[in-house]
Amino acid sequence: MEGILLNELSYPVLTVITFLPLAGALMILLLRNTAQIKWLALATTIATFIASLPVYKYFDKTTHLMQFVETHSWIPVWNINYRVGIDGISVLFLFLAGILSILCVTVSWKAIQTKTKEFYISLLVMETAMMGIFVSLNVFLFYLFWELTLIPMFLLIGVWGGPKRVYAAVKFILFMLAGSVFMLVGIIVLYYAGGRTFDIIELSKISYPAGLQFWLFLAFFAAFAVKMPMFPIHTWLPDAHTEAPTAGSVLLAGILLKMGAYGFLRFSFPMFPHAVQMLFIPLLILSVTAIIYGAYVTLMQNDLKRLIAYSSVSHMGFITLGIFTLNQAGIEGGILQMINHGVITGALFLCVGMIYERTHSRMIKDYGGLFKTVPVFTVFFAIFTLAAIGFPGMNAFVGEFLIISGAFKANMVIAAFSILGVILGAIYMVWLYYRVALNEINSTTKSRLFDLDLREIATLVPLVVLVFLIGVQPNILLSYMHVSVEHLLEQVHTTVVSDTNPLYDSAIGIAQYIRELFVWI
Amino acid sequence: MDTIISIKPLLAVLVSTIGALLIISAGKNPNLRESWSIIAGVLKLGIVLSMVPTVVYDKKVIEYTLFKLLPGIDISFRVDAFGLLFALGAALLWIATSFYSIGYMRSTNEKFQTRYFACFAVSLSTTIGVAFSANLFTMFLFYEGLTIITYPLVAHKDTLEAKMGGRKYIIYLLGAAKAFLVAAIILTYNLAGTLEFSKDGIFPAIVQSAQPELLYLIFVLFLFGFAKCAIMPFHSWLPAAMVAPTPVSALLHAVAVVKTGVFSVLRIIFFVFGSNLMMDIGVDVFAISLASFTIITASLIALSKDNLKARLAFSTISQLSYIILGAALLTPSAMVGGIIHITNHAFSKITLFFCAGSIYASSHKTEVSQLNGIAKKMPWTMAAFTIATLSMIGVPPVCGFITKWYLVIGAMERHSIAVLAVLLASSFLNAAYFVPIVYKAYFGRENPGEEHEAEDTHDNQNKEIPFIVVPLSLTAIVSVVLGLYPDFIVQLAESIVR
Repeated sequence: MEGILLNELSYPVLTVITFLPLAGALMILLLRNTAQIKWLALATTIATFIASLPVYKYFDKTTHLMQFVETHSWIPVWNINYRVGIDGISVLFLFLAGILSILCVTVSWKAIQTKTKEFYISLLVMETAMMGIFVSLNVFLFYLFWELTLIPMFLLIGVWGGPKRVYAAVKFILFMLAGSVFMLVGIIVLYYAGGRTFDIIELSKISYPAGLQFWLFLAFFAAFAVKMPMFPIHTWLPDAHTEAPTAGSVLLAGILLKMGAYGFLRFSFPMFPHAVQMLFIPLLILSVTAIIYGAYVTLMQNDLKRLIAYSSVSHMGFITLGIFTLNQAGIEGGILQMINHGVITGALFLCVGMIYERTHSRMIKDYGGLFKTVPVFTVFFAIFTLAAIGFPGMNAFVGEFLIISGAFKANMVIAAFSILGVILGAIYMVWLYYRVALNEINSTTKSRLFDLDLREIATLVPLVVLVFLIGVQPNILLSYMHVSVEHLLEQVHTTVVSDTNPLYDSAIGIAQYIRELFVWI
Repeated sequence: MDTIISIKPLLAVLVSTIGALLIISAGKNPNLRESWSIIAGVLKLGIVLSMVPTVVYDKKVIEYTLFKLLPGIDISFRVDAFGLLFALGAALLWIATSFYSIGYMRSTNEKFQTRYFACFAVSLSTTIGVAFSANLFTMFLFYEGLTIITYPLVAHKDTLEAKMGGRKYIIYLLGAAKAFLVAAIILTYNLAGTLEFSKDGIFPAIVQSAQPELLYLIFVLFLFGFAKCAIMPFHSWLPAAMVAPTPVSALLHAVAVVKTGVFSVLRIIFFVFGSNLMMDIGVDVFAISLASFTIITASLIALSKDNLKARLAFSTISQLSYIILGAALLTPSAMVGGIIHITNHAFSKITLFFCAGSIYASSHKTEVSQLNGIAKKMPWTMAAFTIATLSMIGVPPVCGFITKWYLVIGAMERHSIAVLAVLLASSFLNAAYFVPIVYKAYFGRENPGEEHEAEDTHDNQNKEIPFIVVPLSLTAIVSVVLGLYPDFIVQLAESIVR
C-alpha cells in the first residue's frame, strides 16, 4: 500500500512498546510483595523506554510517510485492521510518554502507601493507552485507546487523590465522556463518508464535501477541545489536577492534555482542511482567550497545584494558537511546546508533590523562605520556574518564539494579545517563586521540611537536562517533525472545495449519511 | 573584514562563572574566597586584553559559535571594536570593584558575603556575554541572565526596603523585556529572517520600503524593552535599586547593568537598523526627543534629592541618555561622543559611587545635607569625588569634557539648535546639583552636635579605609587620564562609526 513505510526492524517495535507496560501490569497482578511490585513497575517503564530508543534512531526524517507500520487484519466484517505506525508528528510523544512514566514511578515510591499494587497496575495500563493513542493508524483502534486512558486516570484520581477526589474524578470522567460521544458519532459518519474504512491514511486522502467537513470538524472538536482543554470547557482541569496524586498530575499535564492537540493534527487538519480554514480566526481568538483568561485566573490562585493547573490552561492556549496559525513556524512551535510543557509542567508538579509529601499542605501561604531551609529543592524549582516563563536558552523560549512568530504572520492583533499572555505568565510564575522561596518562613512548615534525597534528585535531573538540551538544540526535536509538518500544511492549503453555504450543504450531507446509517442497521 | 574563529570570547564569558563556583566552594574561608574573585577578574581582563591587538590593530573580528538553534538564530559570539570597548571597561572596573567590595563588605559587616561575591562574578559573565554577542538572541539571553543574577545583589540587605527595591527592579526589567523585547525580536526575525548583527542593518530593502510603520514600532519596542538603559518613562527601577550595597550600585548600576542597556540600544541603532534606515523612517527624531526629555527631567529631579545615592542615580539616568542621544543624532561626531561616553561615564560614575560608599562605610552618612566639612576627614575621597564631578559637568581636562565636545559638534553637524540647547542646559543643571555637594564638603561648617555623635559612635571608623580609598583614587585618576589622552578610545569609536 502506498503512503506508508513498513517496519524494517526485525521485531514489531511499536507493538512492543505499546503492550510492554500492559504485560508488566499483568505480572504485577501475580505479585504480593510491595517492594517487588515497585521494582517491577520501574523495570517495566525503563524497559519500555529502552525498547523505544531504536525508533528514534532509525526514524527516517526525510519523509512524511508513516513509518514502522505493522498491519494485521482484526475485524474483517467492518474492515477494521490493527494498524500502527508513526510519523514526525507522533514520534516525539512516544519519547515524552516513555520518560514521564519512569518518573511517575520513582516519584510515587514513598508517596503511595495504600493499594500499591493497584496503583502501579493503573499506571502501567495508562502507559499502554498513551502509547496506543500515538501509534494508532486506525480510527477504531485510536478510539479504543482514547477511551482506555479514562479508566486508569479515573482510578488514579478517585482512589489515591486528595480530599475532594471523588468529585474531581467524576467531573473528569463526565467531561471526557461528553466530549468523546461527539467524536464517536463523527467517527461513524466518517466511516461511511470515507468509503467504509477506519484507516486514518485512507480517510485523510479523501476530499469531503464542505458542509460535511464543517459538522465533522465540530464533532471531533468537541472531544479534542475538552481534552486540551480549551476555554471555556476547561473547568474539569483544575479539579482533576489538584486532587490527583503527583503521578496522576504529571501524566495529565504531560500527555493527556496533548492528546487533544494531537487529534487536531492527526484528524482535523488532513481530513477537514476546509473547515479548519473557515474557522481559522475563531479558533485563534479562542486560543488567545484561553491564554489571557487562564493567566488571569492563575494569578489569583492560592493553592500550589491549582496555580500550576490553571497555568496549564494558559500554556495550552499557546499550543492551540501555534497549531491554528496554519504556518510552519506556528505548528512546529506548537508541537515543540507540547513537549516542553510536558517537561516543565511535569517537573513543576513533581516539585510540588515532593514538597507536599513533607508538609501535607498545598497552600502557598504555608510556605516561604524555602531558599534557606531546602536550598537544593529551590534551585530545581528556580530552574523550572525560569523555564516556564520562557527564559532564553531554555526549552519553552524556543517554543514560544516559534508560536508567536507564526502568530505574527497569521494575524498581528492576535499575536499582540498573546504577548500579554507572556507577560502575565512571567508575573504569576515569578510571584509564585517569590512567595514560596524568598518570603519569610512559617515555623511549623519549617520543622517538617528536609531537603531532597537522591531518589528525588534523580527524578528531576533528566527533566533539567531536557530543559537545557531542547533550549539550545531544539533541532534535535524539530528535525523529526519538519517534513511531516510541511506535508500537513500542504494538505491544509491545497484542498479546493466549492464555496457553498456550509449550513445548507451540511444539512444535506448529514441527512444523507444518517439515512445510510439506518439502512445498514 | 577578516574573521578569526577562536574560543577566547567564550572563555572570557565563562571565566567568572567558574570563578563563582570556586567562590562558593571557598565560602568558609573569606581570604581564599576573595582571592578567587581577584584571580578570576585578572584572568578575565587578560583574555579581553589579548583580543585587543587582533581587533583594534589588525581590524579583524573574532567569532565563536556555540549552538545553532534555528535558521538565523545561534548562540554565538563575535568580538568587534564596539563589544571590546565595553568589555574592556567592565573587566577593568570589576577588578577595582572587587578590591573595593572587600573593604566595604568587611567594614560594614554585611551578611551572605559568599552569595554576594558569587552573584557578582556571574553578573560579570553575563555582561561580557552581552558585549560579545553576535546576534540578538545571544544578547537577549545574557541580558535576561543579568536581570536574574543581579536580583540577589539588589535585595541583598534582606530588609523590607531592599525587598521592595528588588521587586521593583525585577518587575521593571523582566516585565519590559517580556512585554516589548520578545515582540520586537520576533518581529525582527519575521521581517529580516535573521537576528545576526550586521553593519548597516539587517532589514532587506524590500521590507524597508514596504513597512516603515512596522519598523518604527519595532524600534520603539526595542528602546523601551531594553529598560536597563533607564530612558523615561521606564526609569524608576534605577533609584529603587539603590538600596543595594554601594559596590553593587557602583558596578552594576553605573557600569554593568545600565551600560548593558545602552550598549544594547546602540547595537540596535548601529547593527540592526543602521543609520540610513533610522533616518528614512524618521525614528531618530523619536529617540532624540525622548533622550533629551530624559536628560533634562532627570537632572531636575536630581536637584531635589537629598540622599546622595538617589542624586547619583538620577544623574545616571540623565547621563545614560547622553549616550543614546549621541547615537540617535547619527552624525559621525555625535556617534563617537555617544560611544566614548560609555567608558567615560563608567569611570567617573563609579568613582562617585565609590566615594558615596566610602563616606557611608566611614561615617554612616547618606544625605547630602550631612556632608558639611567632610573633606577634612576624608581628603582622598572628596578629592576623587571632585574630579569625578568635574567630569560629569564636562570640565576639561577630565574625560566628560571629551564627550560633551563631540556631542556638541555632533549637534552642530546636525544643525539642531534644540539639541544644542539641551546639552548646554543639562551641563548647567549638572553643575547645579553637583557643585553644592563639593562646596559643602570643603567649605561647609560642621554641625557640632553631629560631630560629637560621630566621634562617639564611630570612634575608630571615621578614617578612610585603604581597601576603599585606593580603588576610588585609581578610577578618578583614570578619569583624568582618559580626558588627557582620549586618542585610544576615540580611535576605537571612530572605527566603529566608520
